[in-house]
Amino acid sequence: MTFTLSHFSAAVLFALFASVVFGITQRNTTMEQVRYGLYCFALFVGGVFAAGWVMWLLRR
Amino acid sequence: MAKTSTDKAAAASAPRYPLTTIAIVAPIVGWLIPGAGHLMQKRYVRGILLMVSVVAMFLIGLGMNGRVYGPNGGDILEMLGFVGDLGSGALYFLARIMGWGQAAAAHASADYGKTFVIVAGLLNFIAAADAHHIALGKKP
Repeated sequence: MTFTLSHFSAAVLFALFASVVFGITQRNTTMEQVRYGLYCFALFVGGVFAAGWVMWLLRR
Repeated sequence: MAKTSTDKAAAASAPRYPLTTIAIVAPIVGWLIPGAGHLMQKRYVRGILLMVSVVAMFLIGLGMNGRVYGPNGGDILEMLGFVGDLGSGALYFLARIMGWGQAAAAHASADYGKTFVIVAGLLNFIAAADAHHIALGKKP
């Protein structure tokens, strides 16, 4: 089975799975894990938007 | 008095987190089967989440025509890719046996796929190390 993801959907999926693993492995309590996972996810997706805007500016 | 100081010295020299059998077995099982190192220590939710994340990432990578590296690529970057891929444990061996991830990259998303496969393995290394820490008692 082969499928093609857009840049954005691939980046969001990457962010989701990586954040789950980071959250579970890098913190001790459940609440800390959830919070850290969300924090990592926000940074990943925020980084995608920031990089997107930088590329848009470079293209102009 | 002398006995007390001997006891203190023995207590000081004793490892704080003694290496047990489970502390050796859990990371190996966790490496071979993503999340299983946590599942065998009754961390069911964490184990399932780790398993789903690593397996999904690996399969999505393969679905995007991501390359699976062999051990003797001849190039340093290919060797690093192999080390990352190897982190997925049984998934990597299954992919090699079945010949998955050997197709030529036809479009740009295959490069993302390769990255997904490598990162799935690297994340599984972290998960296996976490299983080791739980078994040692360093982490609840």
